[in-house]
Amino acid sequence: MPDAAPASSFAARHIGPRPSDVGAMLEALGYPDLDALMDAVVPESIRLRRPLVLPAAVSEAEALAELAAMASQNQRFRSYLGMGYSDCRVPAVIQRNILENPGWYTAYTPYQPEIAQGRLEALLNFQTVVADLTGLPITNASLLDEGTAAAEAMALTLGAVEADAPRFLVDEQCHPQTIAVVRTRAESRGVAVEVGDPFAFRFEPGVVGALVQYPGTDGAIRDFRPVVERAHAAGALVTVATDLLALTLLTPPGEWGADIAVGSAQRFGVPLGYGGPHAAFFATRDEHKRAVPGRLIGVSRDREGRPALRMALQTREQHIRRERATSNICTAQVLLAVIAGMYAVYHGPEGLRAIARAVHRRTAGLAEALRGLGMRVLHDAFFDTIVVETDGPTAARIHQAARAKRMNLRSLSPTRIGVSLDETTTDADLADLAAVFVAGGAAPAPAMAAEDAIPAAFRRTSEYLIHPVFHRYRSETEMLRYLHRLETRDLSLTSAMIPLGSCTMKLNATTEMIPVTWPGFGGLHPFAPLEQAAGYRRLFDDLEAWLAEITGFARISLQPNAGSQGEYAGLVVIRAWHRSRGDDQRDVCLIPQSAHGTNPASAVMAGLRVVVVKTDAQGNVDLDDLRRQAEAHRDRLAALMVTYPSTHGVFEAGIRDICRIVHEHGGQVYMDGANLNAQVGLCRPGDIGADVCHLNLHKTFCIPHGGGGPGMGPIGVAEHLAPFLPDHPVVPLGFPQSCGTISAAPWGSASILPISWAYIRMMGPDGLTDATRVAILSANYIAHRLRAEFPVLYSGPGGLIAHECILDIRPFKSKAGIEVEDVAKRLIDYGFHPPTVSFPVAGTLMVEPTESESREELDRFVDAMLAIREEIREIESGEAPRDNNVLTHAPHTLDVVAADRWDRPYSRERAGFPTPETRAHKSWPAVSRIDGAYGDRNLVCVCPPIEEYAAAGA
Amino acid sequence: MAHVPDDLRYTKDHEYVRSSGSAGEITVGITDYAQGELGDVVFVNLPKPGDTLDAHQAFGTIEAVKAVADLYAPVAGEVVSVNPALEDDPGVVNRDPYGDGWMITLRAADPAALDGLLTPEAYRAHIGG
Repeated sequence: MPDAAPASSFAARHIGPRPSDVGAMLEALGYPDLDALMDAVVPESIRLRRPLVLPAAVSEAEALAELAAMASQNQRFRSYLGMGYSDCRVPAVIQRNILENPGWYTAYTPYQPEIAQGRLEALLNFQTVVADLTGLPITNASLLDEGTAAAEAMALTLGAVEADAPRFLVDEQCHPQTIAVVRTRAESRGVAVEVGDPFAFRFEPGVVGALVQYPGTDGAIRDFRPVVERAHAAGALVTVATDLLALTLLTPPGEWGADIAVGSAQRFGVPLGYGGPHAAFFATRDEHKRAVPGRLIGVSRDREGRPALRMALQTREQHIRRERATSNICTAQVLLAVIAGMYAVYHGPEGLRAIARAVHRRTAGLAEALRGLGMRVLHDAFFDTIVVETDGPTAARIHQAARAKRMNLRSLSPTRIGVSLDETTTDADLADLAAVFVAGGAAPAPAMAAEDAIPAAFRRTSEYLIHPVFHRYRSETEMLRYLHRLETRDLSLTSAMIPLGSCTMKLNATTEMIPVTWPGFGGLHPFAPLEQAAGYRRLFDDLEAWLAEITGFARISLQPNAGSQGEYAGLVVIRAWHRSRGDDQRDVCLIPQSAHGTNPASAVMAGLRVVVVKTDAQGNVDLDDLRRQAEAHRDRLAALMVTYPSTHGVFEAGIRDICRIVHEHGGQVYMDGANLNAQVGLCRPGDIGADVCHLNLHKTFCIPHGGGGPGMGPIGVAEHLAPFLPDHPVVPLGFPQSCGTISAAPWGSASILPISWAYIRMMGPDGLTDATRVAILSANYIAHRLRAEFPVLYSGPGGLIAHECILDIRPFKSKAGIEVEDVAKRLIDYGFHPPTVSFPVAGTLMVEPTESESREELDRFVDAMLAIREEIREIESGEAPRDNNVLTHAPHTLDVVAADRWDRPYSRERAGFPTPETRAHKSWPAVSRIDGAYGDRNLVCVCPPIEEYAAAGA
Repeated sequence: MAHVPDDLRYTKDHEYVRSSGSAGEITVGITDYAQGELGDVVFVNLPKPGDTLDAHQAFGTIEAVKAVADLYAPVAGEVVSVNPALEDDPGVVNRDPYGDGWMITLRAADPAALDGLLTPEAYRAHIGG
C-alpha cells in the first residue's frame, strides 16, 4: 500500500500521489481501496496472487553504495581493441549540461516540434556533421548501432535493386559484430550473404549490393574506387561502414561513389559504456531519401513564415506504413546523437582535425617504432589502427605483457595483434605500448610522427563544417549558454507532465541516473575480457533474474537495443524454434488491427507474412476472426503478436483464450511489452500464456527517453525458447541454437542498465506493485473526470480502463471545425505536452499519466482539458469564429503574443496565459504551428544557411 | 462538401476517370474528397509511360504529411503519359484535383469496362454525401 510506505522511502518519492490523494481519487471512482479497484480492472483469471519474489527495497543511498561496489569490480584497462569502439574525452560542459541534465534526457521523441526546437536543432547539427564528413547529403537523426545501421543499409539496397534471389557481398574486413548482425538480418529476409575480399567480388546478376569498411577492421585504408565502378556497372549499390574521425582526414565515401555510409558516432564524445548507448549514423544520396530508415529531421517553416524544424517524410515510418515501412525502427539514439553533434560544435572542424591528426600521428609513430624494433606491421596506409604479425609464442607473450600493464590489445588471430589508438592516448601510453612488444620491456619511447602517413590518394581536400554553428562556440561560457538556450526551447519532464499514451513518461530518478557516468560503468570496452567486467556480470545476473520474475519467463536476453529490436529478436527466436522442429514453413504472423505499426514492420523484417486479425466494437481482438484465421493458416501459423493490456488501454478478458487458440494451431504468442507498466506485480506475460515478450526498459523501468532514445528492449522467453536466444560472435554467450546476433554489442546498451537495476532495487516488490496500482488509478481518475466532456473510447467492465485512456476529439470536427491537432496544440499554450495524437485511433488523444504524477498535476491537466472544452463550446455557439479562434491559432509563441500587431478576436492574455498557473511558469513554444507539407516538399536535412534565420528575425 | 463533377466516372478507391473521347483514352486522378482526407500532398509516385496495368492494380502511391495511399487502376490498360508537374509541385493535387492535378492518362484495354465505373450519384452516395 502506498500509505504503508514510509514518507522517506524511494517508492514514496517515485509515486506522485500522496496516500491522502490516493484515498480521494479512489473515493471519486467509488472504490474503497486499491485492491478493490485492481480486482475490478484486472481479470481474475490472470491475476498473480502472490507478491513478486524480489529483494526488499533499499534506500537511495544503499542502492548507490551497491552500484558503486559493482562499478569497482569492473576493471578499466587501457583499451586498444578498436573494432568500432574508441575511448574519447567527453567535454565536461557537454557531460554536465546534456548527458547529466534532465532538461535534455527526460524529453520525448520530437513529435510535437513546436516544443522541441532545441533538440531538433541539435539533431540537425548532428545530421550536418554526418553529411559533411561522409560526403553524402541525406542523413538521419541516428540509428541504434553500427551493426544494425549496416543491416538497414542492406534493407534499403534490397528495396532499390530488384533481384529474384538477392545476394549481398560483405567485406571480410568489416567488424565481426557487423557481419554477424547483417547475416542474421539477411537470413530472415532470404538474402544470401557472401563474405570475402572486396577486390575479388564478382558483381554477377543477383548481387544487389556490397558492404565494405573504410578503414577496415584491420586498420588498412583501401582504395575502393574500382569496386564501386564494378558494382555500379552491374547495377549494385555500395555501402561503406566508416569512422567520422578518420573522415576528417580521409577522402569521404561520397566523393568516391559510395551510395550509403554507416558507422558509429561514439568517439565523438560518448563514453564506451561497455557497448552503448551510442548513436550510429546513416547517410545516402538524394535519390534514396524516401527509403531512409529511422527519423529524419528536416527544415520547414511555421505559420509566421519563420524557419522551423520537425521530423520529415514520416510516411516512410512504421507508424504510418506498417508492414510496408522501410524499417521497424522507432526509438533512435537522440541523446547520444545530440552529444556527438555538440562535440563537433565545440571543437569545430579545426579542433576535430587536430584530434584526428594527433591520434593518427601517434599511430604512425608507434608503427615506425615497432618496425624499428624489427616487428612486422602489416599495412602502410592506416588511420588509427595497426596490425602486427608475429609468431604464436611471441604474440602470446605480448598479450600477457600488455595484460600485466593493464592494457587490452586485440587478437585478430593467434599471430596477429591489433592496436587501435584514440583521443585519450598519450605519449606515455605510446612508451608503454612499445615496451610490451619487446621481451624484457626496454624499448625507446616512440614519438608522434611529424607528418601524416596517409597516401596522397586518400587525403581529404574538401572542406567540412563550414556552417557558423561549428565556429561560434569555442569558449565554455558561449557553449554553456548555447546548450542552455536550446534546452529551454523544449518541454521536458522538468517542466510538466508528458502524458503520452503508450510511452510511459514516468520519473527518471536522479539516483538511478547518477551511476551512468561513473567511469566504472562508462569506461569499459564491450569486448574487454570478461574477467575485467565482474561488476557488470553481477548487474546483468541480477537484472535478468528480476525481470524473469516480473515477467514469469525462464530466461532474459539483454541484447536488443530498443523495443523494435526486441520484437524482431523475439520473432527470429520463434522462427528458429519452429525450424528446429522441422517447421520451416511456419511463416504466418497474425496481428490484430489495433496493433502498433512496429509489429507488422518487425514481422516483415523477421521474414514473416502478416495476416491481420479483426478488432471487435469494444476494441478487443475478435475471437471468432482469430479462430478463423488460425484455422485457415494452421499449417503455416508461426506467431501472434499481441499487446497487453491492448493498445486501446484495456485488460482484454479473452487473453487466455487468445493464447490458447494460437497454441492449438501450432503458433507461438509474442507479447508486445509496451504496456507492461500496467502488469508489474498484478499479472505476468509468462503466466498469461505468452512465449516471448519484450520489455521497454525506457518505459516501465525508468530509462529516460533522451528526447528519442536511448532505449533498451530486452526479451523474456519461456524455457523451450531459451536455447535460441541471441548470441554474439566476439563475446560468446552460450546459446547452442541461437537465432543469430541482433545488436552490435553483446548486452546492448549496457551502461544504462544500472538505471533499471536501481529502480527495481529501490522499489522492491511492494513498491513496484504499488506503482502499477497507482498508474491504473491515475488513468482511471483522469478518465472519470473528463468522461462527461470527452467520450472515453474503449473500456472494460464497469467503464474501467488500464493505465491509459483514449479521449475522442472527433465529435468536435462537425460541431466546431476543431480537430485533434488543434486541441493538442492548444494544450501547449496551457504548458503541457500533448498526449499521443491519433494513435491507436485517428482523431483521438491517448493519455497515460503514469504513477509518478501528483494529484495536483493530474488535476491541472484535467482542468486544462475542461477549459479547452469551454473554448470549443464558444465556437459551437457561434461566439467565436470557426476559422479564427484560440484553438486554430494554437500554439501561441511569445513573439506572437507580444507583437505590436494584434488582430484576433480574443485577447493576448487568453492566448498566452489561459490559466493563472501559466503566469507563474510555463514552457513557451519556440515557433508557431509548423507547416509540415512545406518541408516534406522541399527536403532540407542539414543546417540551412544562417541568413534564413537572420532574415526571419529569429 | 467535396466536389463531385457530373461529367466524370469514379471508383470506390476515390479515383476519377475522364474520357477524352478518343479511342478509349482516359485521364485518371484522385477526387476532391480524397485529397481532402489525405491533407497536403507532398509526393506522388507514378508509373512509366508504356507500363501496362490490370484493373484494380496499384500503380503508384500518394503521400501526405501523415498518410500514404495507393493509387489503383480503374480499368486495365496501358499508361500513355504521367503528369510531369507533380514532381515539382505535388500540392497541385490539393488545389486542382480534377484539372492540373491529374495523375496519368491510360489507354483502356476495353473501353466498355468504363461503363462499370461509379456514376457521380453512386460516388456521392459512397462518400456519404
